[in-house]
Amino acid sequence: MLKQHLPILLVIVPLITAPLIVLLRRPLLSWMAAMLASVVTLIIAIPLLQQAVDQGVISYAIGTWPAPLGIEYRVDAANAFVALIVALMAVFVMPYCRTGIAAEVRSEEHYLFYAMMMLCLAGLLGILLTGDAFNLFVFLEISSLATYVLIAMGRDRRALVASYQYLLMGTIGATLYVIGIGLLYLQTGTLNLADLAQRLPVMGDVRATLAALAFITVGISLKIALFPLHLWLPNAYAYSPSAVSAFLAATATKVSIYVLMRYFFTIFGETVVFDARYTGTLLLALSLAAMFIPAVVAIFQKDVKRLLAYSSVSQIGYITLGISLSSVGGLTAAVAHLFNHALTKGGMFLILGGVVLRYGGASLERMAGLGRTMPIAAFAFVLGGLSLIGIPGTAGFISKWYLVTAAMEEGQWWLAGAVMLSSLLAVIYVWRFVEVAYFREPPEGSPSRGEAPLSMLLPGLAMIAACLWFGLDATWSGSMARAAAEALAGAWK
Amino acid sequence: MRLDIILRVLAKLLIPFAVMFASYVQFHGDFGPGGGFQAGVIAAAAVIFYALIYGLPSARKVVPDALVEAMIALGVLIYAGVGVAGLLLGGNFLDYFVLAHDPVHGQHRGIFWVEVGVLVTVFAVMLKIFYVFAGRSRSPVDSEDAS
Repeated sequence: MLKQHLPILLVIVPLITAPLIVLLRRPLLSWMAAMLASVVTLIIAIPLLQQAVDQGVISYAIGTWPAPLGIEYRVDAANAFVALIVALMAVFVMPYCRTGIAAEVRSEEHYLFYAMMMLCLAGLLGILLTGDAFNLFVFLEISSLATYVLIAMGRDRRALVASYQYLLMGTIGATLYVIGIGLLYLQTGTLNLADLAQRLPVMGDVRATLAALAFITVGISLKIALFPLHLWLPNAYAYSPSAVSAFLAATATKVSIYVLMRYFFTIFGETVVFDARYTGTLLLALSLAAMFIPAVVAIFQKDVKRLLAYSSVSQIGYITLGISLSSVGGLTAAVAHLFNHALTKGGMFLILGGVVLRYGGASLERMAGLGRTMPIAAFAFVLGGLSLIGIPGTAGFISKWYLVTAAMEEGQWWLAGAVMLSSLLAVIYVWRFVEVAYFREPPEGSPSRGEAPLSMLLPGLAMIAACLWFGLDATWSGSMARAAAEALAGAWK
Repeated sequence: MRLDIILRVLAKLLIPFAVMFASYVQFHGDFGPGGGFQAGVIAAAAVIFYALIYGLPSARKVVPDALVEAMIALGVLIYAGVGVAGLLLGGNFLDYFVLAHDPVHGQHRGIFWVEVGVLVTVFAVMLKIFYVFAGRSRSPVDSEDAS
C-alpha cells in the first residue's frame, strides 16, 4: 500500500518539513525536524531503488491524472540511484550542521537555514524523480533558490557576492533550459519526458529540435559547472557555510549531470545527440579541458576550500568524459564517478569544515602542522585526497578504472593517458596540503587546538570510510552504476 | 502625513472594498478568471495601501511580522496537506477525486483548499517583500514621524 507511493513521499517529506521548520522556529527543534526528515528520506530512497532495480520503470501519476496529461513521476535505476546518493548526503551532512552551523550562522537564522536545506533537498529529489520537463524546471528553481540563500548565509561577506554570481548564472541556465523546453513543447505538444522520448524520433532531424537540444545542453551545463561555464562554482563553494559546501559539492552538480544524461540518452537519443553531429567530440574536448585547466588552477590556490572547488570542476570533467563516450561503459563510469566523487568530496569538505572551525579560516598557510594539531582530520583529509587522485583502494580508483576501460572499449587508448596525466595534477594539489600539514612546524606558540567536535568529525570520517569501503568492494556501487547506465540508455521502454 | 485628510478618508473607504474584491476573486476563481494568486496579491495590496497612508508601523501592528512569516509557511502546508489528505484517503498525492463521495464534488473541495493555501502564502510573501524593502529605505526619523 505504502510501497506504491514511495516516489512522491521521497519528495514531499522534505518539502513539507521546510514550512514546518519555519513554524517551529527554535534552532534545536528545527534541527531535529530536518534530521528526522533526512533520515526518513533515506529510509524511503533505499526500498525505492530496490523496487526500481527489480521492476524496471515505476510510474506515479500525481492526482491520479494519467501520464501524458497529468504530471508523472518516473523512477528507474538511474534516478533512484542518484536520489539515494542525495538522501545519503543529507543524512551525513545533517548531524554535522548542529555544531557546524552554530558557529557559522546567526542563531536567529538557524530555522531559516534548515528550512532552506530541506527545500534544497526536496528540489534536488524532485528534479530526479519527476517525469515532466516543466516540473523539472520548477524543482530546478526550488533547489537553486534555496541554494542561493544557503550560500549567502556564509560568514564571509564575499558569500553575498558569490551567491549573487551564482544567482545570475543559475538564472541564465534555467532560462535557457525553459527556452529549450518551449521549443520541444511547440513541436510535440507534450511536456511528459517519456512522451517526448517517443515523439521526438518521429519528428526527424528538425532544426527546432536541434535548437532545443542546444539550449537545454548549455542551460544544464551551466548548472553542472562544465568547463568553461564553471566560474560561479569556486566562490560559491568557498564562501558558503562548510555544511553547505559539502552538501552542494556532493549533490547539486551531480543532479544536473543526471538531467543532462537523461536528455542526451533517453529523450533525444544517442543517434540525434552523438551520431549525427559533433556533440561527442565537443563534450570530449570540454571534458579534457576541465580535467586539466581547473586542476592546474587548483594547484595555485591559497585557500583549501577554493582548491577543493576547482578540483570539483576538474572531477566533473571525468564524469562528462564518460558521457561523451556515449557507450554503456562510459555511462557506467560517469554514474560510478558521480557516486564516488560525491562521497569523496563531501567527506573532504566536512573534514575541512571542522578544521575551519578550529582555525578560523581555510587558507593553506594557517594549516601548517595540521598533522600534529588535528591528526585525525588531517589524515582523513589526505585519504580523501588519495581518492581524488585515484589511488587503488579508494573509490576514486574504481571510477577511473571504469573510465579507462570504457575508453579502451571505444579504442580511444590515448584517453587512458589523459586520465593518468590529469591524476598527476591531482597529486600535486593534494601534495601541497600534505606538505603544509605534515612537513611544516605548527606556528610558534600556537596552542594545541585539538580535533573538531565529534558531531562534526564523525560524519566526515564516515564518508571517508565509505569512500575507502567502496574502493575495496565496488560490487554494489558498480552493479548499481551499471544498472543506472543501462536504464539511461534503455530509453524508458 | 497627518494633514492628508483626503488620503486618509479615501483609504478608509477603499480598503474594505479591496479586501472584498480579493475575496471575490478568490472564491469566484472556481468559475471565472481569478484564484489564490491574484486574490493574494490584491489582499496584500490593500495592506500595502494602508501602510502607505498610515505608515509602516501601524501596518505592522495590523499584520505583524511573525504572523506574515507563519502565513508563508502555513499556505504551503495547506496546499501540501490537501495532497496528503488525498494520499490518506486512498488516492495518489494531490488526488482530489477521493476527497468527497462524489468525484466532481471532490475536485471542487480539493481546488478550494489548494487555492486557500495559495492565497495565504502569496498574501504573506507579498507583504514580506514589502516590509523588507520598506523597512530598509526608511530612515529612523521617518518611522518615528509616521507613528
